[in-house]
Amino acid sequence: MSERQFYIDPSRCIGCNACVAACAECDTHRGVSMIHLETIQRGDSVQTAPVICMHCDEPACAAVCPADAIKRTPDGVVQSSLKPRCIGCTNCVFACPFGVPKYDAAIDQMMKCDMCYDRTSIGKKPMCATVCPSRALMYGTPEEIAAQRHGTPINEFIFGGRTIRTKVNLMVPQGTKRLEVNPGTMIRKSDLLNQARVR
Amino acid sequence: MAKLPVPVEKLTAQFGPTLNYSPVGGWQNRSEPEKLVKTHCCFCGQQCGIQLKVRGNRVIGFEPWEEFPFNRGKLCPKGVKRYLQDNHPDRLLAPMKRVEGTGFVPVSWDEALDTTVRELQRVQAQFGRDAVAMLSGVSLTNEKSYLVGKFARVALQTKELDYNGRLCMVSAGTGNKKAFGIDRAANSWADILEAKVILCAGTNVAECSPITTDYIWRARDRGAKLIMIDPRVTPMARTCDLHLPVRPGADSALLVGMLRVMIEQNLVDLAFIDKYTSGWEETRDSALAMPLEEASRISGVRVEDIVKAATMWGEAPTSFLLHARGIEHHTKGVDNVLACINLVLATGRLGRPGCGYATITGQGNGQGGREHGHKCDQLPGNRDIENPQHREYIAHVWGIPEEELPRKGHSAQEIMNLIHEGQIKALVSICFNPLVSLPDSNFTREALSRLEHYTAIDFFLNETAHHADIVLAGSLHEEEEGTSTSAEGRVIRIRKAVDPPGDARTDTSILLEMARRLGRGKYFDHFTDSEAIFNELRVASKGGTADYYGITYERIENEMGVFWPCPEIGHPGTPRLFETLKFHTPDGKAHFHPTPYRPSAEEPDEEYPVILTTGRVVSQYLSGTQTRRIGGLVDMCPEPYVEIHPTLAQRYGIRDGAMMRVESRRGAVVLKAKVVTTIRPDTIFIPYHWPGDLAANNLTNRALDPLSKIPEFKKSVVRIAPVEPAS
Ligand code: SF4
Ligand code: SF4
Repeated sequence: MSERQFYIDPSRCIGCNACVAACAECDTHRGVSMIHLETIQRGDSVQTAPVICMHCDEPACAAVCPADAIKRTPDGVVQSSLKPRCIGCTNCVFACPFGVPKYDAAIDQMMKCDMCYDRTSIGKKPMCATVCPSRALMYGTPEEIAAQRHGTPINEFIFGGRTIRTKVNLMVPQGTKRLEVNPGTMIRKSDLLNQARVR
Repeated sequence: MAKLPVPVEKLTAQFGPTLNYSPVGGWQNRSEPEKLVKTHCCFCGQQCGIQLKVRGNRVIGFEPWEEFPFNRGKLCPKGVKRYLQDNHPDRLLAPMKRVEGTGFVPVSWDEALDTTVRELQRVQAQFGRDAVAMLSGVSLTNEKSYLVGKFARVALQTKELDYNGRLCMVSAGTGNKKAFGIDRAANSWADILEAKVILCAGTNVAECSPITTDYIWRARDRGAKLIMIDPRVTPMARTCDLHLPVRPGADSALLVGMLRVMIEQNLVDLAFIDKYTSGWEETRDSALAMPLEEASRISGVRVEDIVKAATMWGEAPTSFLLHARGIEHHTKGVDNVLACINLVLATGRLGRPGCGYATITGQGNGQGGREHGHKCDQLPGNRDIENPQHREYIAHVWGIPEEELPRKGHSAQEIMNLIHEGQIKALVSICFNPLVSLPDSNFTREALSRLEHYTAIDFFLNETAHHADIVLAGSLHEEEEGTSTSAEGRVIRIRKAVDPPGDARTDTSILLEMARRLGRGKYFDHFTDSEAIFNELRVASKGGTADYYGITYERIENEMGVFWPCPEIGHPGTPRLFETLKFHTPDGKAHFHPTPYRPSAEEPDEEYPVILTTGRVVSQYLSGTQTRRIGGLVDMCPEPYVEIHPTLAQRYGIRDGAMMRVESRRGAVVLKAKVVTTIRPDTIFIPYHWPGDLAANNLTNRALDPLSKIPEFKKSVVRIAPVEPAS
């Protein structure tokens, strides 16, 4: 069996907020959750999607940090900013293509998901992937995923031509190899409405 | 004198809800726990395994319990934040009495109990024993439920005892008893995994039974198809294979339509029907008497979708049908349940792997509570209070002459009606907040104000207890040992993690002391601890359909729960019922029942043209007595709202996010509109967990199902209007 990895499957998310609530229980960021739960378009759907750190191979947050406060562990976990170094400039907040890092004004420091380093390093699952009732957040082996799920995990994302590889996998429909996000070709609801009007 | 002693604002300022956000001592000071207590969440019928972190006699946090087989560590946000009900600033730390103009003031236990007993005895001497009623709740353990049942009948000697499960599982229970002779989920959830078609009727699984979501998804991973019957696109309906957006109150028309299609397409198992069931001919004829177009017109579901659902269900090799309050909270709740059971029986898919049926019990101990204690028509072991042998047996266990055992009393709503009429003069309540949870809150408030005496046992001062004369500070789930029974029928251990704080006492000791003071101590004095109560419960349930005799504390702990019926110590328990296809009815067969459609108590008319349906949100539990005090949960959904379809909203000029007024024949609320396409255009939805001006139950109807006496929460009619912001 290979090592366990993190998988996100937003199609299963029921928007319950258990992940958000459980994350806040961690004794390293006491009472503050590192997960955002996005409600996509409540007017038309109950779809929600959890956003956790994707742990990029070459993290943009770390690259733009002028204080070199964001470190990636040898096993690929991108950590919260180091307290003595972080100058609270929020560069990372703007640079992250997934919108993960958060600036916590109370402690004047950037905090982000570190994949429950305290738990995973002793063989436990991350907290959110333990509690998630629908297993939209799952921590398991690639074999388990292949045997159990219909979708395909991908960890390659193209943002405006730039390829980003991540430690965390996103479940997408079978056959999809990578996700391309191109602001120029993004479909907005207003565009659809306008098209409908033209017709 | 059950009027408020001071204005409600003053009471809420003193007794909350206050929002508790952080563990005792604050986030920064939380230290390592001294112990982890393996117990269960108290906030829904799934009863997830959870470990509470305890330090210095305080619950300071939680840790998932990944070994517990039902949920394997999974929790919804209520389970995650549940520990914040401990060390809560609103917690009642001493008994109190009502003082006009002042509010509630602490008194000694002696004074509180003396007053209660004196008043109850006065009322009973003057107006008869049944002028005192008791209302209970199924957040209580099996032990406490059993104790309440015995206390009311043996110590208070009243027949007027009922419970908040009346607002939850009674339609399912009645339907199950009629069809199967037993009231329990027919299968453990493990059979969901093997099902090839899963039909969910009136259950917002994602929000009200979140862990079940994972069972359904795992079945879908193996190719199962999911059909959801719901007026709203709930989170599970969003991705299901077939969504049937039924008009509230028209479930039976839809289900009968499906049965008709199955008959016409030969998708029924006549060999099974012939051998193991009765009542098929009438049920078949009644289904064939309903034209499909009629079923479609009434239910608002397209003919082709009814056919599609019937074909999917009919052709499935294995299947699981789940239903909940969506079909049960109706004046024809029992009929709707029976219509579901008919679909199961017609295919013979029961009693084997992957073939199942269950109601999703909503309340924490909804299952065990109704079996052993406080339902007005039942005795322990799911026995019938009017059955002579059952009466004889329980009277014997309790050591009283059979004729002293009270007879069947009234249901919760009927008790409130009798209070309103002045026939019931005094009330003892525990673990029930009817002012928020019963329909027609204005009526309930008026009724409460007519009580001559009211004693409330609770850990927080809930909205109903505002009307009390005496408040007895009781205990939380994590402050006493005991057992409860999950939605699956699995009997599990509830562990004591901490002692009740301050001068608060355990619910058990309060009831025992009251029994003593009522002069009935000799029937209760052998209850030295929770296990002693459980051991009497085992004997009392022996030979009943809900037989717990073979279940012990030790077994539950060793086996991570035991499924009843379990009649002998050596018996393995029964995760799956009906494996031999012998049913618990007098003739041993499962019974079909015709369920012809009939209208709801209220249907839309010119004056009140819009249908209102009510329900829950994932972050709140029932009347919110506990969950409206937990900051992290309140933040997820701070107040109720109105889900309304854009076409309906547009017709009335109601904008998304703007305030709107909703008015029924009984009351009104003004709430924020949530304009969404995920609801039927003729229906609005409001979650019900809030009191006062925010209460959905200001609007709902007190009409009851004639058999189960469940109120019609899922359908009343209203008129709506935008509210212009004051300029
Ligand atoms: S716990 Fe799971 S289902 Fe719930 S919001 Fe988070 S990701 Fe979604
Ligand atoms: S409320 Fe239900 S689903 Fe949520 S944690 Fe508690 S038992 Fe589990």
